[in-house]
Amino acid sequence: MSQSLEITNLNVNIGDKRIIKDFNLTIPKGEVHAIMGPNGTGKSTLAKALAGHPDYEITSGEVLMDGESILDLEVDERSRAGLFLAFQYPMEIPGVTIANFIRAAKNARLPDGEDLNAPAYYKELYEKMDALKIDRKFTSRSVNEGFSGGEKKRCEILQMAMLEPKYAVLDETDSGLDIDALKIVSEGVNALRGGNLGALVITHYQRLLNYIIPDQVHVMYDGRIVKSGDKSLAEELERKGYDWIKEITETAA
Amino acid sequence: MTATATQLEIDRDKGDFKYEESHKYDAGVGLNEGTIDYICDVKGENDWIRDFRKRALKVFEGKPMPTHWATKDLENIDFSKIRYYLSGDNRSKKNWDDVPDEVKETFERLGIPENERKFLAGVEAQFDSEAAYSNIKEAVSKDGVIFMGSTEGLMEHPEIFKKWFGKVIPTGDNKFSALNSSVFSGGSFIYVPPGVKVSHPLQAYFRINAENFGQFERTLIIADEGAEVTYMEGCTAPKFDTATLHSAVVELVAMPGAKIEYITVQNWSSNVFNLVTKRAIAHEDAVVKWIDCNIGSRLTMKYPGVVLKGRRARGEVMSIALANEGQHQDTGAKMIHAADETTSNVISKSISVGKGRSTYRGQVHMPKHLKGCKNNTECDALLINSDSRTDTYPAITVRGEENYVQHEASVSKVSAEQIFYMQQRGLSEAEAMSLSVNGFVNDLTRQFPMEYSVELKRLIELEMEGSVG
Repeated sequence: MSQSLEITNLNVNIGDKRIIKDFNLTIPKGEVHAIMGPNGTGKSTLAKALAGHPDYEITSGEVLMDGESILDLEVDERSRAGLFLAFQYPMEIPGVTIANFIRAAKNARLPDGEDLNAPAYYKELYEKMDALKIDRKFTSRSVNEGFSGGEKKRCEILQMAMLEPKYAVLDETDSGLDIDALKIVSEGVNALRGGNLGALVITHYQRLLNYIIPDQVHVMYDGRIVKSGDKSLAEELERKGYDWIKEITETAA
Repeated sequence: MTATATQLEIDRDKGDFKYEESHKYDAGVGLNEGTIDYICDVKGENDWIRDFRKRALKVFEGKPMPTHWATKDLENIDFSKIRYYLSGDNRSKKNWDDVPDEVKETFERLGIPENERKFLAGVEAQFDSEAAYSNIKEAVSKDGVIFMGSTEGLMEHPEIFKKWFGKVIPTGDNKFSALNSSVFSGGSFIYVPPGVKVSHPLQAYFRINAENFGQFERTLIIADEGAEVTYMEGCTAPKFDTATLHSAVVELVAMPGAKIEYITVQNWSSNVFNLVTKRAIAHEDAVVKWIDCNIGSRLTMKYPGVVLKGRRARGEVMSIALANEGQHQDTGAKMIHAADETTSNVISKSISVGKGRSTYRGQVHMPKHLKGCKNNTECDALLINSDSRTDTYPAITVRGEENYVQHEASVSKVSAEQIFYMQQRGLSEAEAMSLSVNGFVNDLTRQFPMEYSVELKRLIELEMEGSVG
């Protein structure tokens, strides 16, 4: 069985509008891939469609996670199967503490009737918070409520660390972050890198990729990948700007 | 399964279920003087009670339905088809083995103790609580506390009973208090002597007796000077239930310096009209706190109140109402300030799911001649799914310049994006919804006794599971 997240000929509509067009990408486990592209090109649509958002209709194509199709799975089933989405705009859940939220998410992964061992859970939670330089007081705050941009993103990375997904999609994790927050979040992601995780980092700016060095960079334009390369592609793109992509795409067409 | 299984109706989503029943005493359908005579004869009641009931019947018949302000759904109650008195239950022939596995599982999940399950399943007519009840009764009676069924109380302690009975909530208060006054049976009677602080909560569980439980309960609790008591009513299990009209009256009297806390967590099946009048009188320096959680029912109308009669008396209502598809929770609170420096606090949280509807009605009354009175009212509504409905009708009459009132209301929604976010972390849709709901009520339930907040959490989970298609 292939250990990868494999997206083949994927087409996604929002309403009647086709946003993702014959999209192909394979992320082997253990690798970090980056997708860059101008606004409105379908990057976030790709992320949400992979996670199974009901507003995004997959009209054709296939998504295999370690060889198994995930397209017939519900949103929560995809999550439990090992897919994690770090949101560009994480939602607030008033009254639900971070500790209880992550605990509920971990409990959902246990067989019926089994409950998480509370002391072991808190031990793990605190260890991972320490590693991500998150204040322990954070656990008693309601999820994302009144959080700064940086706190929200760190909370996403904490959840990712606790849920230990096989594949993670990080949707514009750098948006709204100052350089210090960006460093901390990147350190968190780098700490989770390794043979058990395949990651897709979606970003508009090259600067994130100074901290999270991708194995491959893909440039997305108008719903599909138009160019792929190593990390130098990101630098080239930064230098030449997205107009360069427009040019090469239109020339190719 | 045996033949009983065929007589069984189960709503598999909610765990509600019922059997065919038969009773030794049955006043038949409909309500007239004959019904009352039947009840009095069966119960062996004194003439003054018979007269009290008959007067109440006249009041009931004379009063119109309160549909000029309340929902028209009340008109669907057909009083001529209701059974007003049933007792001497014969259904104990049922066997635990006949109870369907789904129901047993529900009990399991709710964590209902083994001996109570049999009662709740209708297997045992009398909940095998005699032992527990007599222990509690014995423990508290050392201090002179009276804790018994109101029927017994009426017979054994008329001197205390008569003094307060119908004084906090007069028969003519509203149509349903009149109905209750004419046909009441069941309910608790508690008297706590001066200075006695009852350390453990008294629970209705412990005194469920042969009388058909719950339908027209009449509860009277008196905490004498400086006494303290907590009473817990209700049952969080899915109800074995054939009655569709429940109309209770609960009267509390807190003498100077006394404290009464009354806790209700109710989970009604969705065909029930639950129309309840609850009120307390708080004398000088007394504190009365109502904690009221309503889940289920077709229509619940309930506005626990406190008449703050003595100086520095305090009243509190904390309520949670959950209206699921097809249900209407019309709840609220009444705070009647009738002395200087009285304070009141109302916190109400309602949740509407699907087409479930919740209504808050609050009344705060402070007349002009009073000084130094304070009220704080907060009502928060949570809507799940866009076609839910919530209304708030605060009626605040505050006169006088030295009184202080604060009212806050908020409406929030659980959005599809929030549910998506939670589902992306691995929670099912139902789990996501119940987590949101529990988060919404969290700051209130934290103040509840532990076991009740845990049960409430479980109930919300079950309710949310049922609401997801």
